[in-house]
Amino acid sequence: MHPAYSVIFFTTATGAGYGLLALLCLAAAFGLVPPDFWLGFVGLGLALALVSAGLLSSTGHLGRPERAWRAFSQWRTSWLSREGVASVLTYVPAGLFGIGWVFFGQTQGWLAAAGVLAAIGAAVTVCTTAMIYASLKPIGEWANPYTLPGYLIFSAMTGTVLLDALLAAFGLGSRWLAAAALVLTLAGWVFKEAVWRRNDRLDMPATVNSATGLAGGTVRSVEWPHTEKNYLLKEMGFRVARKHAERLRNLVRLAAFAVPALLLAVVLAAPPVPALVAALLATIVQLAGMLVERWLFFAQARHTVTLYYGTN
Amino acid sequence: MTSLPAATDKALGLVIDLDTCVGCHACVTSCKQWNTGGHMAPLTDLDPYGGDVDGVWFNRVHTYEHTTDAGSRTVHFPRSCLHCAEPACVTVCPTGASYKRTSDGIVLVDEDKCIGCKLCSWACPYGAREFDVDVGVMKKCTLCVDRIYNDNLAEEDRVPACVATCPTGARHFGDLGDPDSAVSQLVAERGGVELMPELGYKPTNRYLPPRSGSGRRADAKAARPLEDATPQGGFLGWVDRMLSR
Repeated sequence: MHPAYSVIFFTTATGAGYGLLALLCLAAAFGLVPPDFWLGFVGLGLALALVSAGLLSSTGHLGRPERAWRAFSQWRTSWLSREGVASVLTYVPAGLFGIGWVFFGQTQGWLAAAGVLAAIGAAVTVCTTAMIYASLKPIGEWANPYTLPGYLIFSAMTGTVLLDALLAAFGLGSRWLAAAALVLTLAGWVFKEAVWRRNDRLDMPATVNSATGLAGGTVRSVEWPHTEKNYLLKEMGFRVARKHAERLRNLVRLAAFAVPALLLAVVLAAPPVPALVAALLATIVQLAGMLVERWLFFAQARHTVTLYYGTN
Repeated sequence: MTSLPAATDKALGLVIDLDTCVGCHACVTSCKQWNTGGHMAPLTDLDPYGGDVDGVWFNRVHTYEHTTDAGSRTVHFPRSCLHCAEPACVTVCPTGASYKRTSDGIVLVDEDKCIGCKLCSWACPYGAREFDVDVGVMKKCTLCVDRIYNDNLAEEDRVPACVATCPTGARHFGDLGDPDSAVSQLVAERGGVELMPELGYKPTNRYLPPRSGSGRRADAKAARPLEDATPQGGFLGWVDRMLSR
């Protein structure tokens, strides 16, 4: 599948943003962090900025972005529509919680309920994003039980690493949080390796025989319907990154998992100032690594339409 | 709405005969000609006279070599929208632009509601939908909805353009929901198949596989040797001897 930059940025930024939003809201609602003005302003501001930038960028690949409002209407059947509805609904409790925290220094009582609702909304929105891909049957790499947990794990992972850096910056760094970030990063790594191993052995969900109705034997494409590339080949037959897949995977292993894990180990061991530097570096390197991971998620996904072109 | 109808009154669709299709692409050009002025017009062409041609087509003809124990044969394979009974391209649509008609089962796009998110083209395993980058919306086969009910056309012309034009009669149009219709009978008689049935889209269109006998190899026969050019007797031998001096 063609990896549109807007969608890669969108899924990575909203994943991290919703992860941070959910964790920060829960931490504040349960009194684990103080209702400090700057922490609320910067923390919730960063989470909502990541989410909003991601959502806005997702309109970047639309042919008619001015009609994007119509996408809220078909939530009965469409995961894309559900994602739109869930993302907008999440702003309501998140906004109320943010106002209470930042302007009134309050995160308890009914505001705590708003915080919990915002966390639930964030998790639901990440699920709807995952389901957009998990529901596409022509793409075996996506339509499987790993896609939904994958999006949730990576959202929790990037969100926790972000929260760890944020709290460290406010002098609220906690070893427990750094340890959680480290464990989630390692868990994300193990999960991704398992998904890659599975996908490498995966057959297409159909065969060229069933695609053409020509039973038995071999079916070889001898002539395409057109001499130049068309929309189908540009969108569904994308193959550039597959050529470099193993190198890009190593880059993901390094940037998304190994280096952040090492830096988080430094956070656990080092005094506050080097720990803060390590925590911030871990965030930046991991987000960069996740962009490459998301690129591969698209580029390595094979669509059944390529069966017709004999390009697999 | 992108919710699918529980049942449709008719299941209009095509039956394509892979035995008789000669791969002439007449259906492709006829489709383009009608539909670039039809319901989903225009079918934009980009850089049509340049080196980087691209454009929207509803119908594409592939050519395959099918090799089995019985031998190998060339099969021309027209590919277009199958107007599925379970079209995921419709249900994934976030705006309600894609819909399946209850009256005849045709899958259409309302161009005024389409936001061009392309998700429907990802959801179609058959590659039936093509994005028009110029207009910014998704386009697809309409089963010539503007021909088949068109009172301004003679009755025999009220079939999709691809069917009307096929010079070998390899394309048939009718109600596949009615077991007594001519197309349903043809499918039953020739063992017509669904494409990618394992994905569960329940396509309406059917493909008739090549007849088993038509790919049979002829018996091997050695060509007769060329005539002997060495001098022979008789008049021609005398001429040959004379001219060879």
